[in-house]
Amino acid sequence: MTAYVPALTVDGVSKVFDVSAPWLNRVIERRPKLFVEAVSEVSFTVEKGTCFSIVGESGCGKSTVARLVTGLYKTTRGDISFGTGATGRPIRVQMIFQDPHSSVNPRWRVGDIIAEPIREMKLRDTEKETMARVRELLETVGLGADDAQKFPHEFSGGQRQRISIARALASEPELLVCDEPTSALDVSVQAQILNLMRRLQDELGLTYLFISHDLSVVRHMSDHIAVMYLGRIVEQAPVEQLFTAPQHPYSKLLLATIPDIQNPKRRVEAQTGEPPSPLNPPNGCAFHPRCPIAMEKCSKVMPELLHAAGHAKVSCHAVAEV
Amino acid sequence: MTDQTDTKVPSRAERFFDSDLWWSFKSHKSAVGAAIVLALVILTAFLAPLLSPQNPYDLAALELWNAELPPIWMEGGQMPYLLGTDVQGRDILSGILYGTRISIIIGIASVAVSLVVGIGLGLMAGYYGGWIDNVLMRIGDVLLSIPIVLVAILVSSVAQQFLSPAWREAGVAAVLVMAIAMYSWVQYARVVRAQTMVERRKEYVMASRLVGTPARRLMLKHILPNTLTPIFVAATLNFGLAILIEATLSFLGVGMPPNQPSLGTLIRVGNQYLFSGSWWIVLFPSIQLCILVVAVNMLGDWLRDALNPKLR
Repeated sequence: MTAYVPALTVDGVSKVFDVSAPWLNRVIERRPKLFVEAVSEVSFTVEKGTCFSIVGESGCGKSTVARLVTGLYKTTRGDISFGTGATGRPIRVQMIFQDPHSSVNPRWRVGDIIAEPIREMKLRDTEKETMARVRELLETVGLGADDAQKFPHEFSGGQRQRISIARALASEPELLVCDEPTSALDVSVQAQILNLMRRLQDELGLTYLFISHDLSVVRHMSDHIAVMYLGRIVEQAPVEQLFTAPQHPYSKLLLATIPDIQNPKRRVEAQTGEPPSPLNPPNGCAFHPRCPIAMEKCSKVMPELLHAAGHAKVSCHAVAEV
Repeated sequence: MTDQTDTKVPSRAERFFDSDLWWSFKSHKSAVGAAIVLALVILTAFLAPLLSPQNPYDLAALELWNAELPPIWMEGGQMPYLLGTDVQGRDILSGILYGTRISIIIGIASVAVSLVVGIGLGLMAGYYGGWIDNVLMRIGDVLLSIPIVLVAILVSSVAQQFLSPAWREAGVAAVLVMAIAMYSWVQYARVVRAQTMVERRKEYVMASRLVGTPARRLMLKHILPNTLTPIFVAATLNFGLAILIEATLSFLGVGMPPNQPSLGTLIRVGNQYLFSGSWWIVLFPSIQLCILVVAVNMLGDWLRDALNPKLR
């Protein structure tokens, strides 16, 4: 077994957003400033060449983690560091976005869209080399070299996602942050894009940080999973362990929502409630108002993310006491 | 194989004549009519030195015994004064052609100046937000709360005081352009700002930020092309408005001087002789002004509908 080489280390990262009303409204209506802690104290490492997935309901902060890692947002607290890449420089990060319709500029030709990172970062010396690289990238992602002359509206959603992947690859990154790359696509197209991403991982030795709410997609793609709830990681485990033996009650709830093809009419135990507002999170464990096994302690003390059975880390009082 | 790929790439002109916009234009009778009328007006205005029977700026060419001649089809009309002459013996038709040229140039120049200012400030306000946005937009609000004619009168009369007499005549057109632009940039800035605030959150802008594209290039190459459609419509309609404002100011006497008349100046001068029976001095420039502005507005209206995806 080779040594564990981290591509990405996220250490105790928090992100607080200021969602206050405009200054004048605050003064007139005498309202205080409002802050939302979208991500709190999140720590994880991603091993080089693997796929690390973050799952959770919408609003749990997983996209914020993605944007923190790429540097689109600045962290409020904590550190994000990258391993060293093949050439000794720090690993480069790129991002694949969710919506293939807004992630490419509709007024640019596909060739210019893919060439933009090469031109901005001056990765090729001449225009001829740049265009050769663009053609190569288009073929890598399964499009034709001639497509460089076309405009985005001439492509389907899946094809645009391929363009988006080609653009991300153009800057020669080693870590790709994928923010729900398939959730805007048809199921048949999803499979094509996921297979393309796996093939690229094998061919180019990429590391993925994969953000999704679709558990079946995550199971297909990843090696390691973190489950997020209200800005915190509640469970973190190797993929098969999480799917076969989830330990946190929220992970169990999430898995119970996957439709079962063997038993389509099975009764799913009714789970009441919605995630609480991150503006006003509950005391103690954020999940305790919905938790079937909540104890008195859960509403008072926030559980820590501790090692549990297998290679998992779980943040739950009930599990820790086992 | 290479031939095939070459023929696949249409040129800009081919793409234009193949576009929905061109198709919509061809099937829109009033738009085609307005475009033809506008083309004729602009062409005759800019060919004025070739077409007009007299140079209205050349005071030596004016003969006082030709003053207040009626149009050619009336009793007393004379060649070559097709539409008659004014009180100084100046040919009305020549005055109209030269005046239209001045009106169009001032219209285009003021739209150009306000486009540059409005787009630049709108992009900055929308992209950076915060206090930059607040300051720029509040300045715009204040400017819009003052009637444009007052702003223009103020600007041009103050400028007249500061310009030396030698510059006054040459500078008056530039002052008019500035006065009109000072008012109309706000509109463009608002449109661009609103659109920029939408676009800058889109994922293609984030993707570009990730590779380190500087803010200026993000604004000009990514965001600006996606805000141009509404700007194009606003600019067309504002061109008509700018001509009207210029005519208003000239009519009020703070615009072009009588020896360099624009359409508004011609109407003002002619207005004084309306009740003495020389109706042609004021009527024909007015008709020309109407034709010009109506044609521009019809084109603008068609463009607004054609570029509105909800009305297709």
